[in-house]
Amino acid sequence: MSGFLVGWLAAIPAYAAPLLLAALGLILSERAGVLNLSAEGVMAIGAMTGAAVVLSGIAPTLGILAGVAAGAGLSLVFAIVVVVFRGDQTLAGLTTVAVGIGLAGVLGRDYVQKPFAGIERFGADAAPATGAFERFFLQQDPLILVTLVLVVAVWWFLERTRAGLQLRAVGEDPGTADVAGVDVQMVRIAAVVAGGALCGLSGAYLSVAASHVWVEGMIAGRGWIAVALVIFARWDARRALLGALIFGAAEALGPRLQAVGAPVPTYLMMMLPYALTLAVLVLSSLVGRRGTDEPAALGSIYLRQDKS
Amino acid sequence: MTETAIAHPAGDGRPVSPGAGAPPGTPPALELAGVHKAFDGKPALIDAGFTLRRGEVHALVGENGAGKSTLMNVATGVYAADAGRELVDGELVRIRGPVDAAAAGLGMVHQHFRLVPRFTVAENVRLALGRRAGSPAAAAALVAAKAEKIGFPVRPDARVADLSVAERQRAEILKVLLLGARVLILDEPTAVLTEQESDALLAFTARLATQGGSVVLITHKLREVAARADRVTVMRQGRTVLDGAPIASVSSAEVARLAVGATVAPVARPRRAPGGPALTVDGLAHRRDDGGVTLDGLTLSLREGEVLGLAGVGGNGQSELVACLAGLAAPRAGSVALAGRDITTASPAARRDLGLRVVPADRFAFGLIRGFSVADNLALAALRRGRYGAPFGVARRRIRRDAEAAIRDHEIHGAAPGRSTGLLSGGNAQKVLLARELDDAVRVLVAHSPTRGLDVRAAQAVQAAIAAAAERGVACLLISEDLEELMALSARIAVINRGRIVGEMPVEDASAAALGALMVGHA
Repeated sequence: MSGFLVGWLAAIPAYAAPLLLAALGLILSERAGVLNLSAEGVMAIGAMTGAAVVLSGIAPTLGILAGVAAGAGLSLVFAIVVVVFRGDQTLAGLTTVAVGIGLAGVLGRDYVQKPFAGIERFGADAAPATGAFERFFLQQDPLILVTLVLVVAVWWFLERTRAGLQLRAVGEDPGTADVAGVDVQMVRIAAVVAGGALCGLSGAYLSVAASHVWVEGMIAGRGWIAVALVIFARWDARRALLGALIFGAAEALGPRLQAVGAPVPTYLMMMLPYALTLAVLVLSSLVGRRGTDEPAALGSIYLRQDKS
Repeated sequence: MTETAIAHPAGDGRPVSPGAGAPPGTPPALELAGVHKAFDGKPALIDAGFTLRRGEVHALVGENGAGKSTLMNVATGVYAADAGRELVDGELVRIRGPVDAAAAGLGMVHQHFRLVPRFTVAENVRLALGRRAGSPAAAAALVAAKAEKIGFPVRPDARVADLSVAERQRAEILKVLLLGARVLILDEPTAVLTEQESDALLAFTARLATQGGSVVLITHKLREVAARADRVTVMRQGRTVLDGAPIASVSSAEVARLAVGATVAPVARPRRAPGGPALTVDGLAHRRDDGGVTLDGLTLSLREGEVLGLAGVGGNGQSELVACLAGLAAPRAGSVALAGRDITTASPAARRDLGLRVVPADRFAFGLIRGFSVADNLALAALRRGRYGAPFGVARRRIRRDAEAAIRDHEIHGAAPGRSTGLLSGGNAQKVLLARELDDAVRVLVAHSPTRGLDVRAAQAVQAAIAAAAERGVACLLISEDLEELMALSARIAVINRGRIVGEMPVEDASAAALGALMVGHA
């Protein structure tokens, strides 16, 4: 039993990290007031690009960076649509998902189902571990540590730095931020692009670090779970860490149970994270806290009321 | 309350003469001359001028739309003037925006505060000051030090959303001063304050002036505010009609005449003897979704033909009371009865059928549909009663005829049956709403701040309509923060504070001081 438990716990971070990275990206974007539903598509582009670069014989680290850049690039398009041309954020977000998945499918045709080495876990070429802690640690990879650092960095940036203050002001009250000399549009574009970079990193993690392969549809709704995770976390990076661990635990449970041959229906276990997402959304609206923590200007278009 | 005492010029020993703080020959702190500004071809400022001396409190008076806020927005670079010049301390300046204004030492506190509600006071200061504020701790220290220095209690770590309106205003003033303002422009600063809070604010501005600062008070409250200033400038329809007269040299009646262009007769209080009970509210309790108590056992009753005034600082449960009375919110406890019939759980439609009419504070939120024509807005309520029934659809011609009659009878200026309601001025939109609500079947009228934001003449018309309704036997609950209005119209005045009625008195016994004490008391 303890073998099962350690195995399950050791598997959680690898499931939680991509959810957490995407959620951090969405938090950056939404704290600046831009409702961001694009994660699923941005992650797809990131995953495909990362895999394609590694399959072309380039180092996995650079593959990850390429995924980050691709995510930022697609998000820049989204940002220009919603910030500069003031497109509807919900519609533009959904469209970006479709474009991202579609582009990843078309551009990634030649890389589908081709396994590669990618980023290895710490224990990849070590001797089989004996202690519980050692068994847990060897199942992790460098990007999981990077993710933990990013949680602290995003929280620190938002809560402690002047740029973070300006970003939050833009998301709460763009008119006041504008008067205070903050360039509302630039801050929003930067926040969305930075958020897209994190979503791209999340996607690249899935292909280059977690699976070592790219297949179409491999994001499998994780981008949507990240959207729900942001609501669960009430736009706070620290709570996003907690939420990602819960969702990651749910996602990791199925494979672990299968591995030990437990008689549970596979499809029921695969459904678990998504059912949890629904439950979170219902609960958060019941608790009624959403309204109080949501950035006040989330989803709103800022137009300077210049009469001259 | 020591601040109250020095608010009166006579009480602080400060000479009332203009420009008391500055020696002769000092150039004006701010001078605007020949300012023209048009919006979409419509002139808003025509050859307007204004001169502010160093060390004075200067009242800028006029009706809504007279151009006083526009002139100050031009001065601080919010709007670019079409023509005109601006001098600060005798130097010609060109101010293109908030950054220029701050550099020139001009600071304006708008009616809508430029504070992020979810931020603390210190965070707001840090946002406004940028690099100069330093770390979060340094910004907090800066706020505390400045608050101490100017004798203005402001807690740096308090969230703006948790502050009262008066505290928010203080935070905003503090922020503007930290930005380096030597000229402080306050746009209708007392509109949201109680009597006592206004006194404290005016005392503060007087203190600032004696320390060499200069203050512009934009206001339409001639008597209360303008009288405490050193000099007064009056604007009407975009022009300066009285340019910086010493306050002692003009009477408030003269200022009012200049501002309005004609004298406005005060509305007479309805004299009808009250009839039977019309609306009874007993022990009403309500909470917000987040659990905050808004109504805490509120009890009041009003009789036919009576105007009951409900005074209180905004946010003490007035909006929730209106929502509960209109049937838009469900009380947790207590009852509401209309002419003896319990309507606590009745639908808004059922209440309307019984003769209850509501004029909400935000007329475009629950009263009028902005994009609808005047005729359609007027017809909305009567549709239910089948007045405009036709075999296939509605009787458009009849709706139009009724609308024309209502526009004529209620003197709704600028309205035509087919014109979009959103294009009307606030006063005329309010007249549309009143024309609809004061129909033949009205028995109880609940009016929430019906004259807020209206100019003197429109406000007078709305007050006259309410008084006339009361004379006809309609029971009126008048919820307002304007004590002058309440005392002019009501037979009795009750005070709401933290969701309870904390006092009630016949109007003969009421005074602004007594009501104000109840409004801010922590009973």
